[in-house]
Amino acid sequence: MTQATRTASGSSLVGRPGRRRSERLAKAVLMAAAGLSIVISVGIVLSVLAESIMFLSQIELSQLSAPGWFPRRGMYDLATLFAGTLMITVIAMLLAGPAGLLAAIWLSEYAGLGTRNRIKPVLEILAGIPSVVLGFFALTWISPNVVKAIFPTASTFNFLAAGIGVGILTIPLVASVSEDAMRAVPRSLREASYGLGARRTTTVLRVVLPASVSGVVAAFILAISRTVGETMVVAVAAGATGGSLFTLNPLGPGQTLTAAMASLATGSDQVTGDSAAYLSLFFLGLLLFLVTLALNVVGDVFVRRTRQRY
Amino acid sequence: MSVSAVTTSSVQRSLRSGGRDWAGFVFEIVLLLSLLFALVTLFVLLADVLAKGLPVFAERGLDFLTSPLSSRPSQAGVAQGIIGTLIMAVLVPLFAFPVGVLTAVYLEEYAPDNRLTRLITVNIRNLAGVPSVVYGLLGLAVFVAAFAALGFGNGRNILAGALTLAVLVLPLVIITASEAIRAVPSTIREAGFGIGASHWQVVRTLILPSAAPGILTGMVLALSRALGETAPLILAGAVMGSFSTGGSLGEILTGPYTVLPIIVYDWARKPQADFRELTSAAIIVLLAVTLFANAIAILLRNRYVREW
Repeated sequence: MTQATRTASGSSLVGRPGRRRSERLAKAVLMAAAGLSIVISVGIVLSVLAESIMFLSQIELSQLSAPGWFPRRGMYDLATLFAGTLMITVIAMLLAGPAGLLAAIWLSEYAGLGTRNRIKPVLEILAGIPSVVLGFFALTWISPNVVKAIFPTASTFNFLAAGIGVGILTIPLVASVSEDAMRAVPRSLREASYGLGARRTTTVLRVVLPASVSGVVAAFILAISRTVGETMVVAVAAGATGGSLFTLNPLGPGQTLTAAMASLATGSDQVTGDSAAYLSLFFLGLLLFLVTLALNVVGDVFVRRTRQRY
Repeated sequence: MSVSAVTTSSVQRSLRSGGRDWAGFVFEIVLLLSLLFALVTLFVLLADVLAKGLPVFAERGLDFLTSPLSSRPSQAGVAQGIIGTLIMAVLVPLFAFPVGVLTAVYLEEYAPDNRLTRLITVNIRNLAGVPSVVYGLLGLAVFVAAFAALGFGNGRNILAGALTLAVLVLPLVIITASEAIRAVPSTIREAGFGIGASHWQVVRTLILPSAAPGILTGMVLALSRALGETAPLILAGAVMGSFSTGGSLGEILTGPYTVLPIIVYDWARKPQADFRELTSAAIIVLLAVTLFANAIAILLRNRYVREW
């Protein structure tokens, strides 16, 4: 075949030049859009990395293990913030884990279709409430009416109220991811269980739950990642602006990784310029990014495992 | 008693062995209570906010909605927050939606199944899980810095804030749009190719219209999320406390700004008791905006999203 005929037959198959040009243009535009997501990720990493390195070069490493987190006094104790974050996560998960999982079991295994379709939107509304609103609720309602009612010595700003607030915010996430996992368990497994004479409770606990365990684990990991990154509830309800001594008291005020960032950027604590306190903001951001990234990657592995199973 | 009656009753007894399944009954009650806990919390939250906030509207009326910020509780209003949130509601979709939908179309329809595509997909999923406060750092280090370098004062303007929120919701838009596009059956696609349509024609005239309800739902959810975000804007330069807004649109876009969630945060931290009521009233306005958007999204999905 000569060169000429090959081009001629080729072009008649792929269409007019104008049409091919618009096809190429469409594809190029779409590719550029997709590439932007990579640019954004690189942007995040670069913007926090450069400033974090500058922060670490400006301070003595011993400043990272001071008696507390007081950035304006050069005390950058990471243990204080990690202890706060850990407390919030534990409290929130103690609430959201069981409540979300049990609600998911009911929605997936007990609720009729109509009930389920009416209740799920309500859960979605709960998920859609801005976290700053839940922070205010934790401070003005949960703290006086729940925490102080049980522990009269608790301070107005306390980890327990903030943790409960974060937990409430996380329930819909746990419930919806675990429910999806349980509904993905094939009907035949349930029917086999009933066929053997098992009761509903036995079927749910011994068949459905084990079969969906990776989805439930994924729900918990994603929820933990969410609670670690939750900022506003803690910033409003756990209180300590300016800094905090190392504490493991859930009834007292304190700071977390995220709340410390919010507090560094607001009001009288606002720091600007190239001071080490300002740069510490980016260092905390980097730590937070790494922790949640690790959790999300692990959570994702579990989510995909459920999808492959059946 | 006849033999058959004895057999029937013994068979029934053995079938019901332990009588009523009490353990199962209790288990179901516990499950229901867990679900009710979430619902009751939502109810208490709304009731508490309404009880504290509605008196402000009763007392001040529309004045609360039209007054600017002030350190005096009797005069403080949320007008600047409403304006800021409305501008965000225009700018964030403008920045995020086209890019988000185009990315989803590329990933679902054009991208070859290679390492780069998988990298982009995994990357987008991970971006969706990055805490919002980290996006605030990106906004501060990139957008605020860029506007400052371009000569817009200190760069802490609503354009920088809107770009920050747009980047924040972009992964959400991409993921929901991808799911909607993936749900369009391949028979529709093949029918398009079968009558000689080009790839882009198939996408434009068949796939996008079929996936539109799902894409739209994702957009509204993303918008509702963006309008409720506080943390990223604290970092990306929203103003705490009162300020005066310029008159022209240019001055509003490049001057200091605030949004409703920021006002809620600012007031929630004030010690005066008067601000407690004002905070609740501001929350009512904020919830009216975000819950309204959420309700629209849920309605859209339940009504128009097709099960193929």
